[in-house]
Order: sequence, then structure tokens, then C-alpha cells
Amino acid sequence: MYNPTVARLTYRALLGRRRALILFLLPGMLLLISAAVRGFNGADDQVAADVLGGFALATMVPLIGVIAGTGAIGPEIDDGSIVYLLSKPVKRPTIIFTKLIVAIAVTMVFSAVPTLIAGFILNGNGQQVAVAYTVAALVASITYSALFLLLGTVSRHAVVIGLVYALVWEALFGSLIAGAKTLSVQQWALALAEKVTGDGLVTSEVALPTASILLIAVTVAATWFAGHKLRTLKLAGEE
Amino acid sequence: MSTDTSKAAPDTTRIHNIGYRSYDGPRLGRAYARRSLFSQSLRGAYGLGRSAKSKVLPMLLFAVMCVPALIIVAVAVVTKQSKLSIEYTQYALFLQVVISIYLASQAPQSVSRDLRFRTVPLYFSRPIERVDYVLAKFGAMASALFVLTASPLLILWIGSMLAKMDFVEQSKMFGQGLVSVALLSLLFGGIGLVMAALTPRRGFGVAAVIAVFTISYGAVSTLMGIAYATENEGAIQWLGLFSPMTLIDGVQTAFLGAPTGFPDGGGPGAGVGVVYLLVVLALVAGSYGILMRRYRKVGL
Repeated sequence: MYNPTVARLTYRALLGRRRALILFLLPGMLLLISAAVRGFNGADDQVAADVLGGFALATMVPLIGVIAGTGAIGPEIDDGSIVYLLSKPVKRPTIIFTKLIVAIAVTMVFSAVPTLIAGFILNGNGQQVAVAYTVAALVASITYSALFLLLGTVSRHAVVIGLVYALVWEALFGSLIAGAKTLSVQQWALALAEKVTGDGLVTSEVALPTASILLIAVTVAATWFAGHKLRTLKLAGEE
Repeated sequence: MSTDTSKAAPDTTRIHNIGYRSYDGPRLGRAYARRSLFSQSLRGAYGLGRSAKSKVLPMLLFAVMCVPALIIVAVAVVTKQSKLSIEYTQYALFLQVVISIYLASQAPQSVSRDLRFRTVPLYFSRPIERVDYVLAKFGAMASALFVLTASPLLILWIGSMLAKMDFVEQSKMFGQGLVSVALLSLLFGGIGLVMAALTPRRGFGVAAVIAVFTISYGAVSTLMGIAYATENEGAIQWLGLFSPMTLIDGVQTAFLGAPTGFPDGGGPGAGVGVVYLLVVLALVAGSYGILMRRYRKVGL
């Protein structure tokens, strides 16, 4: 199911040259903000939870997910070079699975690790806040990667659609309409974070069993559908 | 054998006149080429002259920009309000996500494809210079953004006339709003094009543009909130210098009589406002400079 050559090519496409700069921009910003907050404010568990929840999990993880998830396959489909990969005797689901693993790894490294460091800067992991949000970021990375990888195979505007989902649906509708929160990867991941801290600092709208089932279901379904989509891929001409 | 043909050559070789003629019509020149590039880029930013699929997104975003204005106007006319429920200058601030998404989707289509398919050298085989290409692309992107941000203001202004509000006051505020969105269009267009011109891959361009706008705004408003909570009010007005949206917010608070989006009305006064204006102008000039540098050597 895992093809090292495809993985190596995908790593190169994602992290090659200047592209990695975008990926370093966000974690750098998070660490900067955490340091500033600690400097201004001192250690405070509630503030730490707010910064990690509001900036790290709500903004940074989805954005990194969009960049890594769609970036793993989108540009190749976009410029047509995917045909060279598809013409090799490698199963399409294998390609998707390999690219998913790479996307997950990149998203985890660039989102969960900075979240953990930021948590330690903010309040030295008081009340397990840092660990809780790191767990949430890890789990969210998997589902976001699968979701956005699927988007990359479905549409040419994958990045825009992914951003609209991440910024408009999760941030805007999630705060306005209660029902939208049930259908949000962020809330599912928060359900796990809630379990880790165990008191009122982190709250989720979704119960843990529901959240875990939805997380797994969405990841598996998205991966399967992306593999299916790649089997019947039509290369569109340039607009 | 070979000597044979070379001897025979002078007799059998003919140059036939098959009627090629040189072009002696009017040469439309550099200004015309620049105008064409500008109008083609501006139309392209709304998907005109491109496939039906690529019209969907810009038109949808344009509609999303205008619908709230229509609703506000409808409410104002029906309930006979004496003033609109939103300031002209605030409108772009509220819908900044839409503006960023529009810019992120259209700036790369304007420049990235030329880079990726190496068509830039073809442009320069026409009688245009580097400065014409950059100016046309920059102007087109800024104009497209101006159309996007000024149209809802126009709707609001017409609506305020329909609702029989004070003409002079409304027109003055409308004018202030137009100045603000013109500055915003120049600033956003410049930054967006610079980010997009860095990569020939459209997808990464989109991500880079949106990351710069969203992250800088998110970071600045978070830091402002913290500065406010920790009673560092002096720091708030300087923090606004670090994101495009708060820059515009600061300028219009200082000079265009706009209510500020900074926490607790802590927007800059006229003195600090000058700094804001200078930074905005420097960024516009800077993005022009970077684009000029970017196209010094390209695609060959």
C-alpha cells in the first residue's frame, strides 16, 4: 500500500524550494505570538487555552492541512504531470494512500509540533493544555489531510474550496449556527482534547464517541473516494 | 554524381515570387499593447473571455460582496431609516474574508500561468517594456478589486438616495468610502501580485496570498486583544501597522472619519495616521518595485 518512490516525489513537491517557506510562516507566527503573550501577560492557563484553541487549532491546523493536503496532488493534476505517475504499474489507491501518509506527516510536523512548543512557552503545559491541543492537532491533521487530498482530486479550485471550508465554515458558521459545529473537524478533535484535560478549560460541542466515529468515517471515506476518483480521472485542458 | 548536380544547379534553381507582402497597415504601438494587456487582465479577473467554469468563482464572490449591501438598502428603504445601518468605510472591513479569497483566487490566474507556460517572453516580443507589463497587471488587479469593493458602496449610496437621506452628507461619506477602498485595492492588489508572481504554481500562489492576509490579520488582532487586556493601550495603535487590513483601518480612522475596528476605539490619531499612510504608500511602491525586479529576468 505504501510506495517509497511516490512518497519521495511528494515530499520533494511539498517541501522543495520556496514552498516550505509558507509552511514555516504559520508555526513561526504561532511561536512569536506565544512568546509575546507570555512576555506581556505571564503564564495563564485560560489565555494559553484561548491562544492554542483560537489560533493554533482553529486557523493554523486547517491552513497547513489545506496546503499539505491539496499540495500533495493538486499541482500535479493541474499541470498534467500526474499522467507520468498514473502510467506506471502502481495501483491508484496506493498512490492516494502514499500521498495521504506524506500529507499527514507534513501536517503533523508543521502543526502539532509547534502547538506543543507553543503550549510549553505559554504556560509550561499547566493542566495538560499543551498536550491536549497537541493531541487535537494530531488527530485533526489526519482528517484534514484526507479531506483536502480528496478535494485536490475532485476540483481544480481545491485550495480555494478548502480555504472557504476552513475559514468560513469552521470559523464563521461554527460560531453562528450551533448545528454547523457538529459537522466540523475542529470540534471532533476538540472532543479528544477535552478528554485529555478533563476539566472546563477545553470544551467541545460533540461527544467523544460520536467524534471518534465521525473522524474515522470521514478519513476512510475521503481516502477511498479519492482513490476511486483517481481511477477515473479525466485530465482537463487548461482554461 | 555530386559534382554533376552542383554543375547543373545554376540552370535549375529558381526563386519564385509566391506573393508574400510586407505589412504596411497601421502599427498600433506600445500604448495600445499596454491597454490591451490591461483590459484583457481586468476582464480575466472576472472570468470574462475565459471558460464558463472560471466565471463561477469571481462572479459568486462578487454577488456575495453585493448581497449584504442590497439587504441593508432594502431594510433602510422599507423601514424609512434616517441613516444606513453600516458606514461606507466599514463595509470592506466586514467582508474582508471575501476580498482576500477573491484576491487569492484571481491574482495567481493573472500572473502565475504566464510564468508556468513561459508566455512572458512572448509578451516582450511585442513593443512593450517590462514597466508596461507590470503596470498593466498591477493596474488591472487593483481595478478589479476596486470594482469588487466599490460596487456595494455604490449600491448603498443609491439606496440612501432612494430612502431620501441627506444628499450632501451621504455623498461625502460615499466619497470617503471610495478613497478608502481605492487605497485598499492598490495595497491588496500589490501584495497579492507579489505573492503570486513568486511561484509559477497556481495552487501555491493561492495558498501564499491567503496565508499572508489571514495570518497577519489574525496575529495582529490577537496581539491587539492581548495588549488591550493587559492595559498596554499605547501598543495597540502601533500593532496595526503589521497587517494590510488594519493598515487601511488605521488610515481611514485617522483621515476619513471612519469608526475604528481596533479594540476599545483605540485607533490612531492624525499624527500616527500619517505613519500609517506612509507605510501604505511605501508598501504599494515596494510591491511595484519587487514586481519590476521579478520580471527583470524571467522564463528564459
